[in-house]
Amino acid sequence: MLTQFKAILSSPRLAWPKRLYGHGDPIWKLLLILGSVLVAVLIIAIGWMLWNQSADARAEFGWGFLLPSLDARWDPVADSFRAWPFVYGTLVTSLVAILLAVPMSVGVAIFLAELCPTWLRLPLNWMIELLAAIPSVVYGLWGIFVFLPKAVQLVGGVLSKTLGQIPGLGVLFAGPVPQSGASRLGAAFVLTIMIMPTITAVSRDVLLSIPNSQREASLALGSTKWEAIWRVLLPYGLSGILGAVLLGLGRALGETMAVTMVIGNSITARPTLLSPGYTMASVIANEFAEAVSKLHSQVLIEIGLVLFFLTLVLNVAARFLVWSVAQRTSCEVRL
Amino acid sequence: MNVLESQPMVNQRALGARRKATNAIMLSLTAVMTLLALVPLFWIIGYVVYRGGQSLDWAFFTQLPKPLGMEGGGILHALEGTIVMTILAAVFATPPGVLAAFYSAYHPNTPLGVVVRFSTDVLSGVPSIVIGLFGYAVLVVPAGHYSALAGGAALAIVMLPTIVRTTDEMLKMVPHSLREASLALGAPEWKTSLQVVFPAALNGIITGFLLAVARAAGETAPLLFTALGNERYEIGLIIRNGLAQRQSALQILGRIVDQPVDSLPLTLWKYAQQPYPERIEQSWTIALVLMILVLFLNIIARLWVEARRRRLQG
Repeated sequence: MLTQFKAILSSPRLAWPKRLYGHGDPIWKLLLILGSVLVAVLIIAIGWMLWNQSADARAEFGWGFLLPSLDARWDPVADSFRAWPFVYGTLVTSLVAILLAVPMSVGVAIFLAELCPTWLRLPLNWMIELLAAIPSVVYGLWGIFVFLPKAVQLVGGVLSKTLGQIPGLGVLFAGPVPQSGASRLGAAFVLTIMIMPTITAVSRDVLLSIPNSQREASLALGSTKWEAIWRVLLPYGLSGILGAVLLGLGRALGETMAVTMVIGNSITARPTLLSPGYTMASVIANEFAEAVSKLHSQVLIEIGLVLFFLTLVLNVAARFLVWSVAQRTSCEVRL
Repeated sequence: MNVLESQPMVNQRALGARRKATNAIMLSLTAVMTLLALVPLFWIIGYVVYRGGQSLDWAFFTQLPKPLGMEGGGILHALEGTIVMTILAAVFATPPGVLAAFYSAYHPNTPLGVVVRFSTDVLSGVPSIVIGLFGYAVLVVPAGHYSALAGGAALAIVMLPTIVRTTDEMLKMVPHSLREASLALGAPEWKTSLQVVFPAALNGIITGFLLAVARAAGETAPLLFTALGNERYEIGLIIRNGLAQRQSALQILGRIVDQPVDSLPLTLWKYAQQPYPERIEQSWTIALVLMILVLFLNIIARLWVEARRRRLQG
């Protein structure tokens, strides 16, 4: 080993000028700092740019145009902007996706971390990660042509006949069900599949980071395997799993292409899940390149600013929660 | 707490049976969920291969698109655009990413080290459409036109967190003794980093790089307002024209990167929204090409890292 190193260090290839040797370290340090600062500054630059570029829109409309209103007018030509349908679409699709994805993901995480035979663990982890690697346009294409026409027809039909009949709550599930499946419910389905790998992977790592003594103590007290998981491991890792959920929520809020392809892109004040809708990300994707006026593009940037801020807060909160579990178990979990 | 005393003894056996049943049901439920979660993966891959494979031929990769409504034509423009922008993104993102990772791996508890890790984590959560807006405002507006350069820079922002994070992890896996041995022999810090630590971590860094490339190659949203799209983009033609006009290599390179381009996912998105059946058919074929590219890169990267982990551990 030692001779190898000496050979490396004295090889003619590395015969740097003596004078560079003395300056090498400061230069290297400077390069490292420059790279780091660039990474750090990017976040600030993105936030600052969005803030700066939406100045006129913020002065004109403030934040009130994002709030709920019955007046769903989005008329770029008349410079009249009410963004509630987009905000509603983003929130409702993401929340439904989270509701569907969390039990599923935590179940899969439990299987991967606690039950799965060792030989099966690696291939399963890979497959879950491949699910996350599929480009979102492919999800969108598959969703709109293959998955949703069937799934939304089926589930939407059942929902509108059962939950849709309940007074009050029924407005959320009122029909008719669109033939193509392009709807908020459809977007939520596709989002569910897309965020599941994220929540699963983080929850799995959180479960794996819990010390074995916890499992053993619970089993030694006579609990069944499920009771150990349900009463000991899940409460122990709860904040980490919550972090995973927030992270998934952040993904869902910001997801653009797949949602734009399957949600139908129609501005409507009807709150039902079964009608086509619009989201904040998809209105930016569809309209920004062809914005009719300066104010129009500024309003879209302001919507982008809100998205940026929301995902920022969610991410910071998620990292903090996961970090708090890792801290307790003195084991590193990175998202 | 005396849990047992609060339960009447008579029910103990029934309780035991119920607990066992709950255990069995819930545990098998998690297995069922795992199977269910994998259904979309195989459904998507299977269907994309089935639909996309039908019109996959050599011409698809070597021809420009035909006018709307006509049969045939290919996606050469998008393929070349994806390659150009991915290379640009890798060139933009790798040096700062690796440098930042070196910093955060060896100075983890300094303020800047914490800031680097924090902002990497946050950056990976920024919606890609927002990165597109950023690229538009910072690169397209000042330049006055859409370009592959702007698209590549936007993709670089998408790649950056993956590169920093995996490089950081791989650097931490390099045994400390290696680094200390080099320093003890009197090698300066920079030489130790570049010629001892970096080669030792190189395999892992390449893994992270491949994952980042896979992610960038599949991204659409950052390109919507930076690269825009260009159905007449053909590098071969640009080079031939450039040579005919006796332009220098630098000028030709400038023409390649400084005009709007398409990419595979961008073209897929546009084609999928058009009412022409042959375009829809082509969008499935693009999906197939994209999936092969992305899944291939992912599998290579993971095999690589797995082999390496085995070697380090045993």
